[in-house]
Amino acid sequence: MTTVETAVGTSKTMVLNMGPQHPSTHGVLRVLLELDGENVVTAVPDLGYLHTGIEKSCEDKTYSQAITLTDRMDYLNPLGNNLVYCLAVEKLLGLEIPKQAQYIRVMMVELQRISSHLVWLGTHALDMGAMSVMLYCFREREEILKIFERFAGQRMMTSYIRIGGLALEPPAGWRELVKRFLDMMPARIDEYEELLTNNRIWRGRLKGVGYLPAETLIAMSTTGPGLRAAGVAFDNRKAFPYSSYEEFEFNVPTRTESDCFARYLVRVQEMRESLKIVRQAMEKITDQGPIKSEAPGIVPPQREKMKTEMEALIYHFKIFTEGFSPPPGEVYVPIESPRGELGCFIASDGSPKPLRVHFRGPSFVNLQALPLMVKGQLIADTVASIGTIDIVLGEVDR
Amino acid sequence: MPQLASANASVVIDRLRAWKPESVSQVIEYRGETTIVVPPMLLLATAKQCKEDPELQFNQLSDATCVDRFPNEPRFEMNYQLLSIPRLARVRLRTSVSGQPPVIDSLEPVWPGANWMEREIFDLFGIRFEGHSDLRRILLPEEFEGSPLRRDFPVEGKR
Repeated sequence: MTTVETAVGTSKTMVLNMGPQHPSTHGVLRVLLELDGENVVTAVPDLGYLHTGIEKSCEDKTYSQAITLTDRMDYLNPLGNNLVYCLAVEKLLGLEIPKQAQYIRVMMVELQRISSHLVWLGTHALDMGAMSVMLYCFREREEILKIFERFAGQRMMTSYIRIGGLALEPPAGWRELVKRFLDMMPARIDEYEELLTNNRIWRGRLKGVGYLPAETLIAMSTTGPGLRAAGVAFDNRKAFPYSSYEEFEFNVPTRTESDCFARYLVRVQEMRESLKIVRQAMEKITDQGPIKSEAPGIVPPQREKMKTEMEALIYHFKIFTEGFSPPPGEVYVPIESPRGELGCFIASDGSPKPLRVHFRGPSFVNLQALPLMVKGQLIADTVASIGTIDIVLGEVDR
Repeated sequence: MPQLASANASVVIDRLRAWKPESVSQVIEYRGETTIVVPPMLLLATAKQCKEDPELQFNQLSDATCVDRFPNEPRFEMNYQLLSIPRLARVRLRTSVSGQPPVIDSLEPVWPGANWMEREIFDLFGIRFEGHSDLRRILLPEEFEGSPLRRDFPVEGKR
């Protein structure tokens, strides 16, 4: 069992165990708190309660079979996980994706970002005692999940983004559905802000809590809203654009205070920016053109073709039994997930199964900064700090 | 952005070769990404140079990954993804690790963010990082025996 070494011969500090079952650790996270009264002296996170060996399992599957595993890492951002993995495989293959598929991918990933931030806001507010915000955020998230269900047949573990494009064509009537959401959402975000931003209790609980200077955050490899709330305007969508992000107009919100309140403001503003991107994507999608690349042997053929043409049948059979073999080599693709830089490193040895798949999870890396963040603070501030980092244990442990 | 990648790549290679020619033993350009292969003895010094050189400014370590090339020797290959936030540039440093037990210098003194990344590799691959402040298992229980992500460890696990 992981323990914390306390100073010998003093009765000044106490070690308190927080988790792994705890409503405020956002999953199965165990933190050992060495306390001096109500103040934290050290905090030692103990991970691994959700470790399921996803990276090892990916080595045992073909490249397309591993997509369903990626859904389940950061379970609040399954489309983002699908995207990073598919982008990495497509880079290995040197595969070009049609523009329609790229725009739809952007739209889906930005809707996923809004849904992830809604869960973050709801749970963070719940930790601080603002229980109604939780219900409001989940009500809006339902609308997004309904959109995903119409597109992919699944609310959460969609596996909608596939190697070469998308799994399915967008459903009939999708524009009305997304438009209804876009029309409703801005007023709802204003509602959350009205409840929280100028609320004395909210500000009292979050201002000045969990402060870390930008140099420390950069050195600890923190990325995402935590880094942007410290004034560093780094966003992978702008810095290293992928999947046609360079064609979209949006801002990257930053603050300078680098405390929990600043991170709250950054994430709320990011929701608004994501709405902008979804609106632009809706205009760019023409409902004409393929949603998958033409790559026989890699991208499965259409079912009608498979049932009538011999080559299509043979390709279908080969893809789903043996799989395709990318040339040997390694790639690393970073994207901007709601939590920070989500990266996928794939090493191929020329066989149909990957040699090594590694996911650089932002939650895992950002959580490293927690002991620095909570040093000297109260236990209640620890809860706020864990919430502000925005961790998803599926990604921390994989 | 292929143009930016190769411009950035030549800056890194030229500066490293100007500092110490042996630090760049091989350069691999693949799919727009640059990998610089560094001899294991020079890894720590090269990493420090990448961070502190005013024209390189790789101030963040994005990722540290290990690839097990079993049964080839050297067996393990460490890949470090470096990011320069001021220059918006990326590069990969690669080195090989061999030995029983495999040991390589820790990059935690250069980028403190390497702490948990190296602990994860120690946990799952069994590579020791010399100079790490707190090298112990992070995801698996303390009493676990073996290194599951090694290629010779079965995916079903051992009983």
